[in-house]
Amino acid sequence: MRTRLGGMATATLPAGLADAIRDDASLRRFLHGLPGVDQVGIEQRAASLGTRSIKKAAKLWAIDTAISMVDLTTLEGADTHGKVRALAAKARRPDPERPDTPPVAAVCVYPDLAATAVEALRGSGIGVASVATAFPSGRSGRDVKLADVALAVRSGASEVDMVIDRGAFLEGRYGQVFEEIQAVKAACGDAHLKVILETGELGTYDNVRRAAWLALLAGGDFVKTSTGKVSPAATLPGTHVLLQAVRDWYTATGELRGVKPAGGIRTTKDAIRYLVAVHEVAGPEWLTPGLFRFGASSLLNDLLLQRRTQLDGHYSGPDYVTQD
Amino acid sequence: MNMWEYAPAPESRDIANLKPAYRPFIGGEFTDGSGEPLKTINPATEEVLAEVSTASASDVDKAVRAARRAYDKVWGKMPGAERAKYIFRIARLIQERARELAVLETLDNGKPIKESRDADVPTAAAHFFYHAGWADKLDYAGLGPHARPLGVAAQVIPWNFPLLMLAWKIAPALATGNTVVLKPAETTPLTALVFAEICRQAELPPGVVNILPGAGDIGAELVNHPDVDKIAFTGSTEVGKLIQRSVAGTHKRLTLELGGKAANVVFDDAPLDQAVDGIVNGIFYNQGHVCCAGSRLLAQESVVDELLEKLRYRVSTLRLGDPLDKNTDIGAINSAEQLAKIRELTESGESEGARRWTSPCPLPDRGFFFAPTVFSGVEQSMRIAREEIFGPVLSVLTFRTPDEAVAKANNTPYGLSAGVWTEKGSRILWMAGKLRAGVVWANTFNRFDPAAPFGGYRESGFGREGGRTGLEAYLDG
Repeated sequence: MRTRLGGMATATLPAGLADAIRDDASLRRFLHGLPGVDQVGIEQRAASLGTRSIKKAAKLWAIDTAISMVDLTTLEGADTHGKVRALAAKARRPDPERPDTPPVAAVCVYPDLAATAVEALRGSGIGVASVATAFPSGRSGRDVKLADVALAVRSGASEVDMVIDRGAFLEGRYGQVFEEIQAVKAACGDAHLKVILETGELGTYDNVRRAAWLALLAGGDFVKTSTGKVSPAATLPGTHVLLQAVRDWYTATGELRGVKPAGGIRTTKDAIRYLVAVHEVAGPEWLTPGLFRFGASSLLNDLLLQRRTQLDGHYSGPDYVTQD
Repeated sequence: MNMWEYAPAPESRDIANLKPAYRPFIGGEFTDGSGEPLKTINPATEEVLAEVSTASASDVDKAVRAARRAYDKVWGKMPGAERAKYIFRIARLIQERARELAVLETLDNGKPIKESRDADVPTAAAHFFYHAGWADKLDYAGLGPHARPLGVAAQVIPWNFPLLMLAWKIAPALATGNTVVLKPAETTPLTALVFAEICRQAELPPGVVNILPGAGDIGAELVNHPDVDKIAFTGSTEVGKLIQRSVAGTHKRLTLELGGKAANVVFDDAPLDQAVDGIVNGIFYNQGHVCCAGSRLLAQESVVDELLEKLRYRVSTLRLGDPLDKNTDIGAINSAEQLAKIRELTESGESEGARRWTSPCPLPDRGFFFAPTVFSGVEQSMRIAREEIFGPVLSVLTFRTPDEAVAKANNTPYGLSAGVWTEKGSRILWMAGKLRAGVVWANTFNRFDPAAPFGGYRESGFGREGGRTGLEAYLDG
C-alpha cells in the first residue's frame, strides 16, 4: 500500500513528471533515476567557467544586474527593528550619492521582523523575504513550521524562504519532504516560495540534484543553496547543479524556475562568476531578479565600490559606502 | 536588457615579442638556413607574422654533426645530476616566459589563449620538470643498471601543439642523455625557435638541441640522415608509414604517434551533464586538432536523444572568435589547407546521408574558422565515421549493448584513445580491458600528465611518451 502524495495540481505536469509524484515509491524511483553528477567533472567545469574575463561595459552591466538581484539579508539573534529599518533604507538607495544605482531585489529577515521590513519598504517595489519553517535547522513539528510561515505571510512578506527537512531527506523519506514543501507552498498564498536545500548538509552532488528536483516537483518557485548558517554555504559547482536542474525543468515543462545561492558570496568577482554560470549553464533568460538572486549581506557594499571604480576610474575605499 | 555581451578581453599581442625574422638554431647559434624562406601567418587574420629562414639538406647535415659532437664530447657522458640542472633551468625559464610563449603560440597556431595559457605552456614546463627528475635516477627506470642513451635523436613534430609536442620529445631525450635535432611543423615554427633562445639562456652546451624549421622534405632529410640513432615522429599515419619504410633495415630506433578516430562511449547510466562537457572537451578542444580527439561519439540508444539535446545546447554556448580573447573557446583552424580538408569531409558526411547540425555562432570575416558541427545518424560505413577529420566535427553513432559498443569502438584501423562514461565502476574496468586504445579515459577526456604514458595501437603508432615507460624509447637497456 502506498499513500498518494498530497494536494498539488499535477494536471499541468507532463506525463513523466506527473507519474513521478504519484506516490512515495515512484518519487523515490524518479529521484534515484536522475543521471548522476560527476564530482570531478562538475568542479572542473565550474573552475573553467570561472576564468571568463568580464571587462568594461560587460562588467558594469554585471554589477548593476547583481545589485538588482541581491536579497539583502540579516539573520541574527541580535536583529532589532532598528537594524531592519537601516537595511531597508540601504535597500532603497544602496548608494545615496549615486541615485542611478538600482535598488536591491528584496530584504531578507526573520518572520517576527517581517512586518517592520514591510512597513519600511512600503511603496518601494522591493520585496520582503522572510525565512520560516524553523529556520535554519528545520527541526520542529509541521504545525510549528506552518505557523512560522503563517506569521511571515500575515506580516506581509512577499517571499518565503523555507528549509527542507534534511533529516527526512537523508533517511530517504522523500515523500515527507515533498508533502512538507507542498504544505508550505499552500500556506504561502501569493508569496513566492524559495526552498533552501542546505547543500552543505546533503553531502553529494547527486543528493543536491535530487533535492532540487524534489523541490521543483513540489512547487518551489526558487531552489536555494543554503541558510548561510552551515559551512560550506553556496559553492559554484553546487550552484551549477541547481542551474542545470532549472534548465532541465524548463526543457521538460516549459516553466522557468529560479535559483538563489546564499552565503559566502562576498566579492564582485565571485558574483560575476555566478552570473557567468547563470548565463552559460541555465541560459540568458535567467539573468533577471525574477529568476536569480544572491542571498548576501556584505556583497552589496563590494558591488557598490566596484561600481564606483568602474564609473570613476579609481577605487574609493570602504568609507565611501554606508555600513549598515 | 537581458542580453549580456562579454566585452572583448584580448591579451596584448605585444607580449609575444614578435620579431620580423627567425632563423634555424644549429650548434648553439642562430644561423641563416640555406632553404627557401617561409612566411608564417596568423590563421585568425591571415596576416604574415614573420619570415622564417629554413634549413636545407646541408643544414640538416650540419645540425646532425653538431648533435653528434655534443653527444660524444659533452652530453652523453655528463653525469645525470648535472644534466638535470640544465633541464630544471629550462623548465623554470619556460615558466618565466610563459605569457610570451602562450601569446606567440596563439598567434602562430590559432588556438585560444586560454588553452595555450592554461594547458600548452604549463604542461610543457611540467614535462621538463618531470624528466629533469629522472636524469639521475635512470638506474631505477626498470631497464637494468646500465641503461645507455642512444645518441642523436631526430624528432619531427606537428602543428597542433607546437611547444607541448616539442616538450614531449625533447625533455625525455635530454634526460636520458641523448642530443636532439628537431623539426617543428612548417606552419608553426615560432615557439620552437623561442625555445632555442631558452636553451641559450639556460647555457645548454652547443649542439645538444638543434631546431630546423622547414617543410616535409626537410623532415625526410632528417629521418633519412645516416648518423641519427633514433627517430621520434608525431603526425599523420600516412607520413608515419613512409618513415617506417625508410628506416627498415637500419639501426635506427623508431617511435610513432599518429592519427586517431577515438570513440567516446556514453552509457545510459552516465553522469549526463558531465558526459556532455567531456564530449565537448573531447572534440572541440583545440578546434579538434588533437590526435586523440573523441571524434566518434558512441551513445547508447536509450539516451541518445536526451544527450543530443543537451549537447547541442552546450555547443551553442561555445564562443568562437579571436583566439587572443580570453573568453574565446574555439579559435582558428591552423591553415587554409586543413580548413579545406575539414570542409571536404563534412560535405561527404552530408552527401552520405548523416544529419548535420552546426552551431549558430557567427564566424569572423577573415581568417580560417569552422563552426562546431555535430553529425547524428552516422553509420559505421560513412567516411566521417572512419577517417580522421582533425577539426571541430563530431560524428554521433549509437549502440544497444556493451558488446556492441566495444565492437564499434574497436572497428577502426586506429587505436590511440577512448573514453567511457558510466557510473558503474565494474563496467569501466571491463571496457578498459576490451578497448584497443593506448589511453582509455573514464568519466573524463583529454587529460594529460607527464607521469602518464601516452601512445597508440595499430595505425595510431607505437612507443610511449611520458612516464617511466616513455624513457624506454630513448635508452638501450
